[in-house]
Formats: sequence, C-alpha cells, structure tokens
Amino acid sequence: MSSSVLLGKLDWSAIPLNEPLPLISAAVVVAVIAAILGLVTYKRAWPYFWKEWITSVDHKRVGVMYVVLALVMLLRGFADALMMRSQLAMAAGTAHGYLPPDHYNQIFSAHGTIMIFFVAMTFMVGLMNFVVPLQIGARDVAFPVLNSVSFWLTASGALLLNMSLVIGEFARTGWLVYPPLSELAYSPGVGVDYYLWSLQISGVGTLLSGVNLTTTILKLRAPGMGYSRMPIFTWTALASNLLIIAAFPILTATLGMLLLDRYLGFHFFTNDGGGNAMMYINLIWAWGHPEVYILILPAFGVFSEVIATFSGKALFGYRSMVIATMGICILSFMVWLHHFFTMGAGADVNGFFGIMTMIIAIPTGVKVFNWLFTLYGGTVRFNTPLLWAIGFMITFVIGGMTGVLMAVPPADFVLHNSLFLVAHFHNVVIGGVVFGAFAGYTYWFPKAFGFTLDERLGKASFWCWLIGFYLAFMPLYLLGLMGATRRMQHYPETGWQPMMIVALVGALVIFAGILLTIAQLVVSIRTRDQRRDHSGDPWQGRTLEWSTRSPPPEYNFARLPQIKGLDAWHQAREEGRKTLEAAPYDPAEKLHVPRGSATGFVAAFFSVAMGFALVWHIWWLAIIGLVGIVATGLVHAWRTVHDIEVIPEDTDLARLIGPSPP
Amino acid sequence: MSVISSLQVGVLDPQGPVAAAERTILLNATVIMLAVIIPVILLTLAFAWWFRAGNAKAKRSPDFAYSGPVEVVVWAIPMLIVLFLGGIAWIGSHDLDPPKRILAKHSPIDVQVVSLDWKWLFIYPALGVASVNKLVVPAGAPLRLQLTSATVMNSFFVPQLGSQIYTMAGMSTRLNLLADKPGVYPGLSAQFSGQGFSDMRFNVQALPEGQFNQWVATAKRNPAQLTAATYAQLAKPGLQATPLEFGAIGQGVFDAIVDARPLPVSASATESAASPADDASTSDHSAMAM
Amino acid sequence: MTDAQISQMTPEGSEIPISERGPAPTRVVVSYGFWLFILSDIILFAALFAAYAVLSGQTAGGPSGHQLFDRGHVLIETACLLLSSFTCGMFSLAIDQRSARYTYVFGAITFALGLGFIGLELSEFTEMIAHGNGPQRSAFLSAFFALVGMHGTHVTLGLAWLLGMLAQVATLGFTPRVVGRLRCFSLFWHALDVVWIGVFTIVYLGAH
Repeated sequence: MSSSVLLGKLDWSAIPLNEPLPLISAAVVVAVIAAILGLVTYKRAWPYFWKEWITSVDHKRVGVMYVVLALVMLLRGFADALMMRSQLAMAAGTAHGYLPPDHYNQIFSAHGTIMIFFVAMTFMVGLMNFVVPLQIGARDVAFPVLNSVSFWLTASGALLLNMSLVIGEFARTGWLVYPPLSELAYSPGVGVDYYLWSLQISGVGTLLSGVNLTTTILKLRAPGMGYSRMPIFTWTALASNLLIIAAFPILTATLGMLLLDRYLGFHFFTNDGGGNAMMYINLIWAWGHPEVYILILPAFGVFSEVIATFSGKALFGYRSMVIATMGICILSFMVWLHHFFTMGAGADVNGFFGIMTMIIAIPTGVKVFNWLFTLYGGTVRFNTPLLWAIGFMITFVIGGMTGVLMAVPPADFVLHNSLFLVAHFHNVVIGGVVFGAFAGYTYWFPKAFGFTLDERLGKASFWCWLIGFYLAFMPLYLLGLMGATRRMQHYPETGWQPMMIVALVGALVIFAGILLTIAQLVVSIRTRDQRRDHSGDPWQGRTLEWSTRSPPPEYNFARLPQIKGLDAWHQAREEGRKTLEAAPYDPAEKLHVPRGSATGFVAAFFSVAMGFALVWHIWWLAIIGLVGIVATGLVHAWRTVHDIEVIPEDTDLARLIGPSPP
Repeated sequence: MSVISSLQVGVLDPQGPVAAAERTILLNATVIMLAVIIPVILLTLAFAWWFRAGNAKAKRSPDFAYSGPVEVVVWAIPMLIVLFLGGIAWIGSHDLDPPKRILAKHSPIDVQVVSLDWKWLFIYPALGVASVNKLVVPAGAPLRLQLTSATVMNSFFVPQLGSQIYTMAGMSTRLNLLADKPGVYPGLSAQFSGQGFSDMRFNVQALPEGQFNQWVATAKRNPAQLTAATYAQLAKPGLQATPLEFGAIGQGVFDAIVDARPLPVSASATESAASPADDASTSDHSAMAM
Repeated sequence: MTDAQISQMTPEGSEIPISERGPAPTRVVVSYGFWLFILSDIILFAALFAAYAVLSGQTAGGPSGHQLFDRGHVLIETACLLLSSFTCGMFSLAIDQRSARYTYVFGAITFALGLGFIGLELSEFTEMIAHGNGPQRSAFLSAFFALVGMHGTHVTLGLAWLLGMLAQVATLGFTPRVVGRLRCFSLFWHALDVVWIGVFTIVYLGAH
C-alpha cells in the first residue's frame, strides 16, 4: 500500500465495496445514528443532551452512559456472534459457508474484543460508577471530571473499533492478537493497528476510572462506614478497581511494545532479531487473567446484594465473603500460566500453576455456599433480578467445574483451544458477568430513573438467555471433546454439523432475549407513569442507595449520613423509621456539586482523530489530535469555577434526621 | 477425507496410552466435582423454591446470617476437593509431561515436525524421508516428536492420541505419543495461525510394522528431495490439498529451520542423516515460560 | 486538645477508628489518587523492566550493553536527575512558604537539571543510532530503547508539566488547586528518580 502525506495509507480501497455484509451493517448503524440525531434535533433536545449528559460529570449520569454504551456494543458484538454461529452451522464437509476466512477471522477477533472490553467491562464500570458513591454515602466520585474523561475515552475506543468495520479492516488474529501473527510480517494491514489504538485509548480511560473509584471507596466513605460496614458490592468494586490499577498498566505496556514493533521496527516479539513471542503471551495473560476477575468480582457483588435483598435477609457470612473477594483479588495474579500449559513449560511449572488455579476455586466455592445459605430461611421474592441470580448460581458452578477441569494440565493438553474452552469461558462470562450485568440493570434501574422495569418481559428475557445459553454452549462442550478446535472457519467432519445447528438455534434464542430486553425498556418507558416508585426503595433494599429518592438528587445526600452498622438502611427500616441519621454538620457550610465540563467529550474527539490518524499513518492529523488533547487539558487546568452551590430540597433533607448541628 | 466424514469422538475415543490416561483424569476429575456441583444445584433450586414468599409452611429465620460451623464446612469442602484434585494435577503433570518418554516393547521412532503456512512438514531424520500433511507411523511404536514452526505459532494436536503442544519459531518443543493400533487418526492445528488455518489438517496413519517398512521403502523411491529449493516452495503461504512425500532430505534440515539458517542445497540419502531428536541442542531453544 | 482531635472522639470519649472518620479532605484525596496513579505507572515500568530482563541477552549478533554504554556519561546524567530531585524538594518547601520568588528559582533550577538529563540521554541515543545500534538492531536494543526511552518520555512530560505549573503560579497564584497540583508534580518527579535508580542499576551497572 502506498502512502501519501495527506492521507497516509488511506485510499478508496479501504472501503470494502465488494463485501456487502460490512457495508449493510455499517449502513444500518449509520441510519440508526442519523435517526437518533435527527430525533434529537427535531425535538430541539440538543441543549438538554449537551448540558445534562454529554458534559455531565455526575457519577450517576456517567454510569448510565457507560451502561448505554455497553448495551449498544452488545448488539454489535452479538451480530458478530450470530454470523459466526450461522457460518459454522453451514460449513461442514466440503461446504465452506458464506464467510470467507479473511472476513470470518475479523469477525471472531472483533467479537471477543468488543464483548470483553466494550460490553462486559463497560457494563461493570457503569454499574460501579452509578452505585458505589451512593452505597458509601458520598456525594460523587473523588474526581468527577476525570470520571467523565474516562467514560469518553472508553467511548472513543469503541468508536474507533467500529470505524474499522467500514474504513479498512479489523484484526484477523483473535482477540488477544498473539504475535508473531500480529506482527507486520504476517499482518501487514491496518486491522491490528485499529485493535491496538482502540484499546490503548480506552485502556487509559479504564485505568483512570480504576484510580478514581479506588480513591472514592478508600477516602470518601460516609462517617462511621468502616471497612466492616462497607456493602459487599462496594467491596467487590474495590477489589475490581485495585485489579485495574495493577493489571491495566501491563496491558498498556504490552500493547505499546507491539506498537513499537509494528510502527518502528522494534524486535520485542518478532521471529527475527532475537524477539520473543512467548514473552507477549506471558505479559498479556499477566493482565488477562486479573481482567477475568475485574469482570466477575463486581458481578459477584451484584448477586450478593440481589440475593440478600430478595431473600429479605442479610448476606450470609459477610466476613467470609469479604475475605474470599480479597483472596481472589490477590490470587488472580498467580495463575496466568494456565492459559498456555501447552507451551512446554515443564511439569513442575505446569503443576504449580494448575494447583494455584484450583486454589482460586476455594474462595469462589465459599461464595456459592454463602449465597445458598443466604437463601436458606429467607423470604424469597422471585423478581427478575433474583431470577438472574438463581440462573447464575446454577450455570456458574458448571462453568467453574469445567474451569477447574482445565486447570489440571494433562486434561488441558487435550482441551486447550478447543470448543470446550470456548464453551467454558462463555459459561462463566455469560452465566457470571452478563447475568450479573442484567441482574444489576433491573435491580438498580428504578433507582436511576424512578420507575421499575416491566417484570413480565424481564422474566421472558431471562428465560431466553438461560435456555439459549444452554442450547448454544452445551453442544460446544461436546464438540470440544470430539476434537473441534476454536476459530476454525469450516470443518470436514459432517458429524459435527447437527450440534453446530443446535448451537445456532441457541444463539437465536439468546437473540430473542436481547430483543425482549429492548422491548422491556421501550414498554417500561411508555408505561412509566403507572410504574413510578415514589418511595425510592422498591425492593426493600438494605444499603444506602435505597435511602435516597429515585432518581437521586445530584448531590445524592442532603446531609452525610452517620453509619452505625452494616446494612444501615435496612436497620433504619427495621427500627420503624424511614430515615437515616445525619452525621454532625456545620450549618454554615454550603452544599456544592461539581460543575459540568466538556473536557472529556472534547478530549475524546481529539483522541478519535489521533487514533484514526495513527492507524492510517496520517501524521499531520495525529499531531493535531495530540495538540488538541493537550490544549483541552490546559483549558481545563485554567478553569477557576469548579463547583456550583445547590440548596438541598426539603424532601431530601427529610430523609435524614438529627443530629442538630454542633 | 472419507475416513473422517462420520462422527468423530476425538478425545473421548483414545487410541494411545497418553490419550487414555488423559481421558481417565478428565473423567475422574469430573466425577469428583459433580459430587459437589449436583447437590449445590439441587439445593439452590430447593432453597429458593421452599423459602418462596408464598410458602406458609417454610420456617423463616431472617437473622441467620452467620454460623461458625457452617463457615468451617463451606471452607472445608472446596479445600478438600482442591487438595484431592491438586494431587491429580501435580502427579498428572509429571506423568504426562509432553517431553517424557513412553516405554514400550517396540523401538521408538523420531519425527521432526515443522508447521508452515498452512501445512505440516514431517521429517524422519533417521529414515531419510519426509512427508507433508501425512504422518505415517508404526503402530505400537513410541513416537518421539520434536517440533518447531517456520512461521507463526501453531499447536500440533491429534485428539485421539492425546497431548497437544505449541510449535514456535526459533525454538523446539517436544512431545511423546503412541498409537496403540493401526488406524487413521485426524490431526490439526489447535492454535489459530491465519488465513489457511482451518485447512491445516493432517492424518496420522498408524500402520503395522511390515506395512510401515514398506511405506518407507516406497517413499525412498520418490524422486522428490527436501532441499533448499523445494523447501522454499513449500514454505510459501498456501494450502496443500494432497499429502506429499520426499524420498531424500538434506542434512540437519530441522536444526536449520529452528536456527533460521539456509537449508542444505543437496539432499543426502544416507539413513543416519541426523542425530536422534533427544540429542539435538536444547539449551538455547527449548521452550520455556517466564 | 485541638478541635481536630475532639472531632475524632466518640461522645463516650473513645477514639474513632480512622476508617470511620468520614470523607477525607480534598487535599488528601487528590494526593491519594495521584499516589495510586504513580503505583500504576510503576507497574508499567515493571513490565518494561521484565521485558528488558528477558531480552537483554538477545543481541542477535549485535553489540551488548557492556560494549555500548559509557558509564561516565550516564553517571553525569544520574547526577543531574538526583540533584533535580533535591531542588524539587526545595521547590516544595518554597511552595509551602508560599514564596513565589523561590518557587520560580527552584522550579527553574529543577527544569534546567531535567533538561540537562534529557539532553545527555538524547546525545547517547543519537550516537548509538548513528552507529547502527538503534532499536531495530536487536531485541536487546529494542528493550533498552523502550525502557530508557519511556523514562525519558516521562521526564519530558514532567518538564512540560513543570512549565505549566510555573505559569499557573504566575497567573492563578497559590490557590488550593494549584498547590495540590504542585504537590502531585513533586510526587511524580521523585517517583521518576526512583525509577531511574532502577534503570541505572539494572541496565547500566548490570550490563554484561
């Protein structure tokens, strides 16, 4: 590909005019975006969106935007999944299906990248953003503007990745872009570069968000909320964000080394010049395994809250749960080698990492038992969030079992990289993280918007996901045992085809579940007036977020509450009052909320320009992007008004009683 | 491909001692865990259903949030299972370590394996022949494999014979397998390697001793030679639909590929063409994990 | 007893545990968050150090560190950076005194020493590249340039930040926000010193 100063490597050949599928999907995406923008313009809602959402630094708004981004990206990632499943349902024997390898290989790479980084990760960060400050009795996160920057950088990464659909190509290397395949020698196109810049940009956002939430949890808890009184979801959020701080720099460094190889001819992972591809695989999993727990720990937190609330009981074995959470947090850094037992490390090393991996199953098993005993003796209400939790408990233990199975190195020698592995990680990611995300979504939705979601459609969606999951992935376990490997685009064994078709049916059932989720949202919004929750506490929750009105005021709490025990809100309700006790306060002190800021949005705009320019080697544009980012930062640094004074409303003041100011 | 057109049961249908031992571990570990998993699933459903809000008969204990004995049990159960499975993992890792030799009455055979874009090259150093996408071995003979890649990573895997291992450029890995009975066992690459990955299939043909010797004799008569020129042709990215054979190979072809050195220009048809696989230099190139 | 101490006591007179004292003041929160960021930055360096340790012997027939490094040159570089850490400490004291004059003086000295460090590093790099020993030569040199270059990039960013902060002091004065940022800057600058001691020991003294 020749290169010009003005457009770098970019020319008309980058637009896949000969491939109808990406163009059609891109056209649909563009049409949807245009329709939304048109509607916003028609309704003259731009000022509202700009002021209340785009430039909002309120953690609740930012959290909601994260979740919306995750749901949108779920549609994209799931479209990829449907294409893969239908391809494999067709491509048996001599048939080669409808997706040629160069397209198919992009699809599975994009599917993994999108689902992990922009669906699972984004959803969990969104839930943590929304819930954590409310649960610890804080007015916002520690650094509200930084929070907005983090979100918009994540959105930038997602946008950049989706641009690859129409302009150029995406990586054809799998979602972790193993070298040497991802090196320039074997992947000369821009696909890997899209991957790398997209994740570098969103990775910075994730890291900053991790720093922000960790600081929030450790330094902004309400008076009296010692560590032994912290809600369990906050504990899991703390563990998850500590993992982000410790693991994401490794990802940044590793992808940075690959970028240096690809852009400047370095030899970190190349076949020549003394490079070492095994080092990449070690480094990427030193991030990658903690990443699994970054995703699943907050989901464990959601289930803990949901099971306790809908059983009408305190979480069983709170201390055990906290110890188990932090134990998993630490152990997660000592198991990465189990992702490549088949690299020839030797029996001692393999044995050690196999056993370390199993040890993680101990705290995880403890959690499952504790959820079980939380149900025991409770008064169980089968609302949608609880269904997700029960579905999780049943599904996740199966995924845990197959995981421990593959932790036995000789078993992994025959299961590694097979469809059994694919089934295993979907079992824990769907059965754990996605179920957790939807449980959290239905659980906290009324808190965020002031009305509950439709239960009937929510339950229907749950059943579709549950049944669809088993239909889609149980066959893959079997196929893996039969020797079917992952990432194959076609296979000669016609005997595998019936199970591939069952898996496709399963995917379609899950798709119905996704459609029902959308229907649930639409129906609930249209009937919101009948489903308003005026109490702020529709589920009889136990933690502080349920003590505020729904949606909570931007300052969350008119006065900081004084916490005297675990499940403070439940305690207040038990004592027959619907109010929390306020901590001593200075009546002269005014209540401030952070002022909105366009910093995140503008910085993200320049980041996308820079990322796109770097992918295509358009150096002048990259420089403009960088200068733009720096300038945005400088403008922010010279801002002098940071807060706005607000007067708390009486209804919010009434939610807290005493003590009188000193 | 007609042989594999019917249902293949792969890992569950072991045809050698490695695969058989691995299936046993797989099944044992599954059964041990199911002994806990199934009760947990049933208890989850039972507790949730019995303690449903509408059940007047259920005895509620809303304050049951801690119990010392229960805590001890819930920590002890997973610990005991992991203790047990950990033992299996440790012993299994050593017994089935890929470089570990297999003892058998039959004398072993050395094969050097090279993954190319997108085909498999099998070199028989002691026999002076080579083949592509077809691994012919004597049934009952321990198979001593030394593997590398001339391109990106791949993973050499024959599900019915057991353990897979990565092939990586610039280094060699080792694998020992054995096919008990004569038969055809499909093999593949289990590590994604690009465009032609799905077609990186090969068959292991395990033949009775006499037939194997016959095959070697026939192969030796094949005029094709594995030299620098033919290898360069082979190494070009592309698929190889029909298996190939080479009647003669150059000296030290495998080591040259590992070291990224040029291959010998001419082939020597002598039988003692290369040292046995286990004597090859390993200190520099053996795969390791950091 | 001071007011602050009283507020840390329960009505019964026992001390309130630190974890139950409620939200920390902004000053503490900002420093704490920045500490966490520095920790993450050090992990980034740890990954590069690990890569260097793995690849330091992979010279691919090219020169080794022992043949390339001029320890005298690096010693002067090190002296510049360590000295700048001292002047940065004086800079912090001047800020605590709210002395604009000494803030500028020690800021300028710190900047000059940092600039000297970068200049020396660049001269080392350009000489190596001119002799054909750039990062493309071998995996060892790739790892060397990435690790040392990443530290150099951090120092360069630090210099830009320092300039920005001096401009902030000049235009905004010692507002609480500006002082908070200055505190973060000095944390950053000292952390780079610590990283450099690792680089100096492992890369230059450890060259073989």
